[in-house]
Amino acid sequence: MRTKTKHSKSGSYSSFIIFTFICIIFLAPFFFMLVTSFKPGQEMLSKGLTLKMNFDAMTLNNYKIIFFEDNRYLTWYKNSLIITALYTVLSLFFSSLVGYGLAVYNFKGKNLIFFIVLLVMMVPLEILLLPLYRLMITLNLMDTYLGVVLPFAVSPFAIFFFRQYIIGLPKELIEAARVDGCGEFRIFFKIIVPLMKPAFGAMTILQALTSWNAFVWPLIVLRSADKLTLPIGLMSLLTPYGNSYDMIMPGAVMSVIPIAIIFLLNQRAFIEGLTAGGIKQ
Amino acid sequence: MGFNRVNTKVKIKEIYSVINSVKVVPYIFVLPFVITFLVFFLYPIISSVIMSFQNIEGFRDVTFIGWKNYRNLLNPHYYNALRVSFLYTFLTIAILIPFPLVLAALLNNKLLRGRNIFRSSLFMPALTSVIVAGMFFRFAFGTQPTALFNQMIGVFGLSPITWLQGRGTGMLALVVLCVWRWTGVNIVYFLAGLQGIPQELYESADIDGANSLQKFFNITIPSLKPVIIFVITISVFGGFSMFAESFAYWTSRSPGDIGLTLVAYIYQTGFNNNNFGFASAIGITLLIIIMMVNVLQLNLFGFFKKD
Repeated sequence: MRTKTKHSKSGSYSSFIIFTFICIIFLAPFFFMLVTSFKPGQEMLSKGLTLKMNFDAMTLNNYKIIFFEDNRYLTWYKNSLIITALYTVLSLFFSSLVGYGLAVYNFKGKNLIFFIVLLVMMVPLEILLLPLYRLMITLNLMDTYLGVVLPFAVSPFAIFFFRQYIIGLPKELIEAARVDGCGEFRIFFKIIVPLMKPAFGAMTILQALTSWNAFVWPLIVLRSADKLTLPIGLMSLLTPYGNSYDMIMPGAVMSVIPIAIIFLLNQRAFIEGLTAGGIKQ
Repeated sequence: MGFNRVNTKVKIKEIYSVINSVKVVPYIFVLPFVITFLVFFLYPIISSVIMSFQNIEGFRDVTFIGWKNYRNLLNPHYYNALRVSFLYTFLTIAILIPFPLVLAALLNNKLLRGRNIFRSSLFMPALTSVIVAGMFFRFAFGTQPTALFNQMIGVFGLSPITWLQGRGTGMLALVVLCVWRWTGVNIVYFLAGLQGIPQELYESADIDGANSLQKFFNITIPSLKPVIIFVITISVFGGFSMFAESFAYWTSRSPGDIGLTLVAYIYQTGFNNNNFGFASAIGITLLIIIMMVNVLQLNLFGFFKKD
């Protein structure tokens, strides 16, 4: 018995070393991005992203540019915040309604609708780019925040997640409320919604992250310079002339920092949001 | 007057009780999904199928041309896009299943100190957007001898490589970006699966004198089968619909089409060349490929078998 514990203990020491090494590699890009964000952009253009560090040449000038001099960055930031907030609120509201409908009631067509939810999850949105683009033109939603958000506001993944969560809640609460003469919508908003706080927490984080980082669809819908989101705006800095390279790395760093803080404060919600939908079936 | 008012009040109450009845209410709850599905999914899919049989110039000049778009698929660009997408999907799955699986199994050891910190650190890259991560790797894979990866191979005495201009190294750069962003996510999936394996299985294996390698292959992997299937399924979608990574490295055109994936090809023909009919045909084949690969994959793992 003693030899066995000894064995797994030495095993845990070696995995400690392995993990320390792997984590350093995985975190290194963040470190290099941070360091590079203090270097003049021209250096990145001429030398690439480099290991060499000359601490004397580092300056806060890049950050001064993105926050005070070039107002494009703060505009992108604002647009990303608006779109993320809009998408998160809409998708949580609608998806929880649908998830509740599928979890609690028995009605004709329920299985069909649930099957379609799963089916939609299985089709990548990239296939729909062209027809959706034409639809946005017809609906006059091109170059609008709503056009970015609306087609995906009722998220099948979130519906699935909420359905699974609500199925796990005690049914007696709903029955008791019905006996008391409580209407169906009141039951949802007054009794179920407060119980779903952890589920809302997990989905808020996941949906907000998805929307904050979204690239392909916003790239197609948004056209004018004052409507761009952060990822698209950052891409637009990559002109061959390199006149805006100062903004690239500080811009990238500042777009990750708020998410990193939210992640470090709510790790459990992040991980629940990811795993509960996929695996607890 | 007064009578009328009472009448409308009664009517409103009646309508409300109909809406609120258990027969009608479920349909109101699921209505947002039904509308979204019809407008933003079913209609686009159908119009995509129709467009794939049309020649579309501008918005008005539409002519029906039968299978011509599909016949036009038999060209080197399409073969190239197929090759890039298949290879990328294959390589990312070949790395992003075993590597995170082994790490998750090691992390699941309660004796390991700092396991939560390790898990969080490996998850951090998943927080970045493809574009932010792509910016880092784009400049780290720079052609200059001073760029990060050239400096690193320089340590081993190798001369600088033009990473993002060669076919093999370009693919390597794409896979590195994907592995960096997804390892932590897959670890989280596998850890969730590992925690569901009953401890008794391992204990009885201990009694039978099994070593840790035997336990890994005979208990851990078979028990994780559903999770592995799930991760492969999402990797197939992710792999075949990859586009943003390639866009972050090369914008919309790459040297020798080394970054031209199927979705990049759709984007190029649709949005750069305005050839919507042909682009739709590519999209339909992509949809069929993804469905087929997944059905094949699920069959292979016996997902449809009832046991």
